[in-house]
Amino acid sequence: MAFFPASWTRFFHQTASPPYFYALASKLSPWLGGICLALLAAGLYGGLYLAPPDYQQGDSYRIIYVHVPAAWMSLFVYVLMAVMGGIALIWRMKLAEVMLISSAPIGAGFTFIALVTGSLWGKPMWGAWWVWDARLTSELILLFLYLGVISLYGAIEDKRNAARAVSILALVGVVNIPIIHYSVEWWNTLHQGPTVTKLDKPSIHISMLTPLLLMALAFKFYYALAVLQNAKLELLRRESGAQWVKNLLGAKT
Amino acid sequence: MSLSQAFFAIVVRDLLLAFRRRAEAANPLLFFVLAVTLFPLAVGAQPHLLQAIAPGVIWVAALLAALLSLESLFRSDFEDGSLEQLLLCPHALPVLILGKISAHWLVTGAPLLVVAPLLALFLGLPQQAMATLWLSLLLGTPLLSLIGAIGVALTVGLRRGGMILSLLVLPLYVPVLIFASSAVDRAAGGLPAAAQLDVLAAMLFFGVVLAPLPAAAALRMSVN
Repeated sequence: MAFFPASWTRFFHQTASPPYFYALASKLSPWLGGICLALLAAGLYGGLYLAPPDYQQGDSYRIIYVHVPAAWMSLFVYVLMAVMGGIALIWRMKLAEVMLISSAPIGAGFTFIALVTGSLWGKPMWGAWWVWDARLTSELILLFLYLGVISLYGAIEDKRNAARAVSILALVGVVNIPIIHYSVEWWNTLHQGPTVTKLDKPSIHISMLTPLLLMALAFKFYYALAVLQNAKLELLRRESGAQWVKNLLGAKT
Repeated sequence: MSLSQAFFAIVVRDLLLAFRRRAEAANPLLFFVLAVTLFPLAVGAQPHLLQAIAPGVIWVAALLAALLSLESLFRSDFEDGSLEQLLLCPHALPVLILGKISAHWLVTGAPLLVVAPLLALFLGLPQQAMATLWLSLLLGTPLLSLIGAIGVALTVGLRRGGMILSLLVLPLYVPVLIFASSAVDRAAGGLPAAAQLDVLAAMLFFGVVLAPLPAAAALRMSVN
């Protein structure tokens, strides 16, 4: 712990205590929800109304405002899960386990959305609902990785053990994601090249890019909101015998 | 007992156990042959079609045979308690697990190397691809055992771990499948396949070093 100043570690431990975290999550939720809605409204207005139609793809490119943020989030959530898994394995922090397992269904949802919107986009562009394109395929494999995490957690009775198993799996998965991604990419590719990540000069016009980034931020806030709600429920389930849960439930009834 | 002695003791013990249960050890091999036999029956026996799908068919069958045999890696040891003894050993657990994986590969993976050229002949794979097929299996099948060991270690404590095991392991097998079957494919077309084989070899070396670590952590969790 010598790496961090003492005040940081105090903050860390305080936040990680379940009752404190529960109260903090309850306090943050309305803010996160409000910001998410505002960003979503701005992003959708900008993307569906203000942005000009694409010179090649017409209006059908507008699905990008759902597809790309969902695909970004699907990777982001998995990496976050692996970080949580590392924290859970090294410091045995209960909250990291809870956050890890609460993220999995949301990440799987984002992956599913990315796949469905990708397939809807593919129909007019490539003329087929499904093509064995590199990025679609690695997204599909990512979905299987998420489902593996969820079903492994569900299958192990003892939840502390299950959380450790899932942490190991998430870490193994995150090492493999780039390998899988590049092997699939190298195997076959039909997908249009990245248009935003070319940081120096994105090949997308600013009027199209701004709503996309707004939507990506909205998705981030949505994820934060959803993961806190899931984590709150998971905490109540795990700590159902603890005094603070009894106090909380007693206060509400 | 030194670490290397412990490693070899485990290899010899597992090989002896497999030898005592010969019929069981032959199952993955039989499965491999049967699975490959099904393809000509299903897609028709046109020689050019079989020749085109031969690398993929052989590799998918090898992959499924490896998956089928994975359970035996820790299952019986888990049930009779010897796995706990292994965990209590004073030696580094990942090395001991590597011993178990090596023995498992010698029993389930190595026999595939012997039959695969014969099956490739049945499917009409061109002569010039035989060496590449053999090399790709030599490099790829140990990798299947190594990656699979992590999956089995995670699920060995579960009563019905089989379905979950395939869900955990098959996505991780994808890179091996891609590089191995494309190496054979290229060799069959008369193109050089050294790059694919090099990547497989690199993955194998990484696997030998890295895969036993999460497997050891997962076993400690499962036996807990």
